[in-house]
Amino acid sequence: MRRFFTSALMRGLLWQLIGWIVGAFFLTGIRVLMGLNAFVTGQYFFTEPAWVFGGLVGALSYVASTGAMTDWFKWAKGEEVPEHREDPPGWEKYLNVSLDHKVIGVQYTVTALFLLCVGGLFAMIFRTELAHSGLQFLTLQEYNTFMSLHGIVMIVGILLGVAGLMNYLVPMLIGAQDMAFPRLNAFSYWVAPPAAVLLLSTLVFGGFDTGWTGYPPLSERAPLGMQMFFLGVAVAGWASILGGINLIVTVVRMRAKGMTAFRMPIFVWAAIATSLISSTATQLIGLSFQMVMFQRLFGMGFFDSDKGGNPILFQHLFWFYSHPAVYVFVLPGLGIISELVPVFVRKPLFGYRFVAMSSLGIALVGFLVWAHHMFVSGMNPYLRIPFMFSTLLVAVPTGVKFFSWIATIWKGKIEMPTPMLFVVGGIVVFLLGGLSGPPNATVATDLHLQNTYWIVGHFHDTMFGGYIYPFFAAIYYWFPKVTGRKMNEKLGKIHFWLMTPSFLTLTLLMMRVGLLGMRRRVADYDPALGFDNYHLVMTIAGYLIAISVLIFLYNLFVSIKKGEVATGNLWNSRSPEWLVPSPMPVHNYDRPFEVIGEPYDYGLPGSVYVRFEEKKNQSHKKESIDGTYK
Amino acid sequence: MRHYVITGVLVVVLAIATYAGLMAIKLMPVEASTQSIPIDQLWNVEIAIICFLFALIMVPLIYSLIVFRRKKGDTSDGEHIEGNNTLEIIWTVIPLITVLVLAYMGTYTLGEVMAVDPNALEISVTARQWSWEFDYPEGFTSTELHLPVNRQVVLNMQSTDVIHSFFVPQFRMKQDILPGRITTYRVTPDLIGTYQVECAQLCGLKHSYMTAPVIVSSQADYDSWIQTQVAAAAVAAQTPIGRGQELVAKYGCAGCHSVDGSSTGIAPTWKGLYLSQVKMSGGTNVAPGAVVTANEAYLIESIVNPSAKIVDGFQDNVMPKTFGTVLSQSQISDIVAYIETLK
Repeated sequence: MRRFFTSALMRGLLWQLIGWIVGAFFLTGIRVLMGLNAFVTGQYFFTEPAWVFGGLVGALSYVASTGAMTDWFKWAKGEEVPEHREDPPGWEKYLNVSLDHKVIGVQYTVTALFLLCVGGLFAMIFRTELAHSGLQFLTLQEYNTFMSLHGIVMIVGILLGVAGLMNYLVPMLIGAQDMAFPRLNAFSYWVAPPAAVLLLSTLVFGGFDTGWTGYPPLSERAPLGMQMFFLGVAVAGWASILGGINLIVTVVRMRAKGMTAFRMPIFVWAAIATSLISSTATQLIGLSFQMVMFQRLFGMGFFDSDKGGNPILFQHLFWFYSHPAVYVFVLPGLGIISELVPVFVRKPLFGYRFVAMSSLGIALVGFLVWAHHMFVSGMNPYLRIPFMFSTLLVAVPTGVKFFSWIATIWKGKIEMPTPMLFVVGGIVVFLLGGLSGPPNATVATDLHLQNTYWIVGHFHDTMFGGYIYPFFAAIYYWFPKVTGRKMNEKLGKIHFWLMTPSFLTLTLLMMRVGLLGMRRRVADYDPALGFDNYHLVMTIAGYLIAISVLIFLYNLFVSIKKGEVATGNLWNSRSPEWLVPSPMPVHNYDRPFEVIGEPYDYGLPGSVYVRFEEKKNQSHKKESIDGTYK
Repeated sequence: MRHYVITGVLVVVLAIATYAGLMAIKLMPVEASTQSIPIDQLWNVEIAIICFLFALIMVPLIYSLIVFRRKKGDTSDGEHIEGNNTLEIIWTVIPLITVLVLAYMGTYTLGEVMAVDPNALEISVTARQWSWEFDYPEGFTSTELHLPVNRQVVLNMQSTDVIHSFFVPQFRMKQDILPGRITTYRVTPDLIGTYQVECAQLCGLKHSYMTAPVIVSSQADYDSWIQTQVAAAAVAAQTPIGRGQELVAKYGCAGCHSVDGSSTGIAPTWKGLYLSQVKMSGGTNVAPGAVVTANEAYLIESIVNPSAKIVDGFQDNVMPKTFGTVLSQSQISDIVAYIETLK
């Protein structure tokens, strides 16, 4: 227990608090010297600028206190540091700074699961409130805060989950021992916990009532919680940008011998496409939020029409990231689907090159569609036409993926263990999300659909089908690689069969009431609209989903210690990580491998994907690490 | 070959069944504007495409999962098919053509929706947290939007604070309303009835309740309503209390401050407020816990600077802080005169 409380995770929390208060006092001191008011009598004691500055200092204190930056400080002073830091055995390494991409991958994934559960809890709170018209147990401000936090906590949770999958899988799949920049990798992870603390701290600073989109002028007048939201998103954004760069360098520089571009596992293509977006677009959401933050702190007028600003400019900057962001979520998810389907149908991935290129296609077209969120915003009405064309174009590469999956499954020898169930569930749910997209893209119909529950149903289908289902599939599939044990099949199947019908009911009813005119982001609705029964059913469906997730969590925890031992190639995969024992050895492969075949040539007698070097040659380690750390 | 025939038939059956089912349950509310007709036509085309694609993916997927399921004890792999370039090109090019056609149809429909009638009736709309105000060319203000049937209306809309959105589901259209800029909403109501305008852009605390009635009536009914309003406005304008009451209605004050003593939970009631003793929880101009007499000076201060004194049990930053500039001094004293009558 003592080792738990002295871990980097807990130490950081303490230092974040200290840094926060010290920073706030520091800025208050400066304010006093400048003759400004020092404290606010009433709710929050410190002034808003002091809280914001303190929040930033607190976040940096967290990261610094964990030791994630220590090696850099030493380098700056000219001190030597060991190239590798060996992790202690057992659970402690997961709570402390580690440079091992597998440990970091697990850290990301567990943090993601935690945040997804917190975000889900928020959803359950306001979903319960919505079960009946009228206000039952939440105030309007509480409703708005929970609804807004649900959005952003889920988004950050998914971003961390994406980083978890990519961190754990990519170096393993390409035959590298680690990421290109292990220290940067650790730093990217360790900014996430303080960011999460900042986001959740909005609850004690009066909440914020703008939704996760934070449109000004509303966000300019929201309570202090708004600033913590801006700060939390900015800090979490660092993880995305740095992680993306790290991943691109890793894939470009560190692939195994013989792994040409079109012999990479398909998930790696998805990871590249995702990282291109996250490393180049995330800046824009940080920028747009920072500008509102400066409006509040310094009275600048970027989006304030009274001062010559333009509120629509914010929306352009915001969506320039926030639309591509959804591809950051779904591309890795779709990559997981493409990666797992061939294994469970025992056939090659149909049209590998087209599937790979479709990921890049989606990523590139995704940069040109942002204004479809703004069809009724009051921007130039004729600009809506080019954005309608570009948005509908996304359907083409997405369609290629669907057709390729179906062609892969067609006439396969299909096995349906839990991971494959979730893959199929993902395909079905994402299909509904994808098909409900084009009506939003065509401007004329979007005039009705925009900002209704139809949209809420649409994007929950894309997020679940495109990310949450594949995420579950990936956890069930690679869990044995992490722990050497398998998760319980029976509980996995209960999880699936409880969640899927409930989720489909939930989102289809969302679309139904949305078409009939139910606006999104409302705490209450008119009983005369006749939506009470629909909402009651949606709430019940929501609870069933929550129960299924609890079953999953139970399965996860119990299987770590008590799961069926599975150390070999239990899915009968061709991928290199399954050809070595589980759990994965510390430096992945003790012998390098050479790629001599196609990744998914199931059904081709005598073919293999990789061949491990015969002689036990330890010198290669040094070789591949050279150039890695400099 | 047998597999292709069966799935082909099932695709057609499922597509038609889904489309018929969706049409039968009436997905959309009634059409109450001429603009809603082309929008719904485009929507039906989209639903047809969606139903076909849904069947095209779902049938082979489910069929494969059932028919091509691995037999017990079979450990062999499937057939080694790496791909087919012709097929890939087909399912790239056909969807490409489909979306281009759809985008063209979307553009065309948008053109129909945006068609301008030069004789359109112009009404000014002011949206604020959290009420609607409709200013008619005849010179009066209403909290209800009355429209004549079969005549195009242009709403010139502006917000006094944050972004709002004008949405009437039966008209099938919405348009955001911005501070500092006028946006327009052009609609031709074609069905007599009572609808509701709802704010569709999250605008803060009482966003859910930011609604107002929209009454579409025959030209004759509309004209007589206009006459009544013009007459009523003339009468009310003669006394300070009457003017105050008008202003309270216009700015939606009673949405938060009840005038009958009931509790909204958002702001204190006005009934019996004048000259009563009010306990404060804090504020920029008062010590926490202080008790203040609600005299005229207090009422004026609370309108102009709501953060000066926060009544115990209520939150700061709920009431807009712009009334000091929006209202003239004489308007404020009219409102205070009205509040004083609420005993």
